[in-house]
Amino acid sequence: MQIYLPIAEISLDVLLLLAMGGGIGFLSGLFGVGGGFLMTPLLIFIGVSPAVAVASEANQVVAASVSGVFAHMRRGNVDFKMGAVLLAGGLTGSSFGVWIYSLLRAIGQLDLVISLSYVAFLGIIGSLMLAESMRSVLRRRRPGAPRRKLHQHTWMHGLPLKMRFRKSKLYISALLPLSIGFSVGILSAIMGVGGGFIIVPAMIYVLGMPTITVVGTSLFQITFVTANVTFLQAVNNQTVDVVLALILLIGGVVGAQFGGLFAGRLPGDYLRLLLGAFVLFVGGVIMFSLVLTPDDIYSIGRVTGR
Amino acid sequence: MRRAALLLMLAVALAAAPGRGGAGAQELVADSSRHLVAITTGFVGTEVLLFGATEGRGDVIIVVRGPARNEVTRRKGRHGGIWINEAEVTFTNVPSYYWLASSKPIDNLLRPEALERHGIGVNHLALVTPKKVGEKELAGFRAGLLRNKIKDGLFTTKPRDIAFLGDRLFRTAIYFPANVPTGPYTVQVFLVREGRVAGAQTVPLNIAKVGIGADVYHFAHASSALYGIFAIVIALAAGLLAGVIFRKA
Repeated sequence: MQIYLPIAEISLDVLLLLAMGGGIGFLSGLFGVGGGFLMTPLLIFIGVSPAVAVASEANQVVAASVSGVFAHMRRGNVDFKMGAVLLAGGLTGSSFGVWIYSLLRAIGQLDLVISLSYVAFLGIIGSLMLAESMRSVLRRRRPGAPRRKLHQHTWMHGLPLKMRFRKSKLYISALLPLSIGFSVGILSAIMGVGGGFIIVPAMIYVLGMPTITVVGTSLFQITFVTANVTFLQAVNNQTVDVVLALILLIGGVVGAQFGGLFAGRLPGDYLRLLLGAFVLFVGGVIMFSLVLTPDDIYSIGRVTGR
Repeated sequence: MRRAALLLMLAVALAAAPGRGGAGAQELVADSSRHLVAITTGFVGTEVLLFGATEGRGDVIIVVRGPARNEVTRRKGRHGGIWINEAEVTFTNVPSYYWLASSKPIDNLLRPEALERHGIGVNHLALVTPKKVGEKELAGFRAGLLRNKIKDGLFTTKPRDIAFLGDRLFRTAIYFPANVPTGPYTVQVFLVREGRVAGAQTVPLNIAKVGIGADVYHFAHASSALYGIFAIVIALAAGLLAGVIFRKA
């Protein structure tokens, strides 16, 4: 069943879109990742222009993360003070990111930068996932391996503007969460992702936040940052396809519930190994498309900018 | 049913032709089965029937043009192992859609100058740019633009046949693909005799998005800030709703 997407201006199969939403939703329920970093490349593979894919995916991430925020708020797992500082950085970063995005689009280099960002990030994340899951598979076979020290003092603790974050039991410089929020905000605007895959490890390893507040607080920041990206993309580039976002979302929420059900029942290490391999594969395909001699070295586009 | 309707229309056209031709001016009449092509949510491409009659023998060429646009054509080059857009040329007033049909190959009907003057055939379109580019380089960009338009199904190189019923009645079907640009179209019908354009008529045609798709598109472009807020509210509502449904389940 074909549906004409009004902003993407192409006809696509609704069932295919639902299946993609469901599949990525399943993975995100299973692993607790957002899935934007897989959905955007898939949309580009099936023919949605990168500009529309990135902006519409940001819109979908708003929906995917908001219910998580409320679930974590009820359990009291959101550090609002930390969230607000991250968000201050995130809003600035994402606004700056949308500005870069519009600029790149005008000079015809947007698709390239989106592809390169994906190659870099999918490559890094895929490798880290593979390495981490292999270590834990090995550790399970050989118990009693030493654990890493959680909190170490480094140069970061000497930075000015120190703030106390009661909920997370931290006394650190506000510059740290500000700059993390800022960097992830830029990525969010250019790649159409929530950025959970960057911000969660950064909060754990760089800020040293307790794991229990990390997920809720990161979702809090992601909801607002992706909402900001959606708004700015709609105003500056008119590339947000609500219909596309809504279809992906329907598949996504259903898939995520099933993923959540399976999460406890399957061996996590092996699944992460598979996900890591899949992420590397997607990154590899994009890399290949950049290196491969194109069918036609000429391409056409609409004149953008007003 | 459709066939009967067509015959009726042809009969009307035929009846009208000599009547108006009595004044001596109307050597050609043509009309289309529809003057509005509506792009709805389920749009996958469509055909519009074009038919008409000529006064006496002659050949017919039909040119369909979509609204003119500026098109950026970019050329990639390999830098450090990857392919990067390295140069671009913006062509002004390029028809967003171009379709051609003729009763004989166009090169047998008109001289190249005449084809160029009327813009008949994609190779005779005037593709101009305000940018200063060398003639050889520009030729590469022109060819690139045409190749991409043809690949997207928006330009036709192989003219479609026009079927004649007897000497005077003709008809053909214009195909519009799913990705057809919207806006006002012109359908030009040329009557050609002895290497000269003996008559011409323009049939108006409009291609517009209708229904929810059109509303969404219009909303996104006309009041984009409000649309952005709307998109966020929809996403928030959908996310919260999903959360509530699945918490109870």
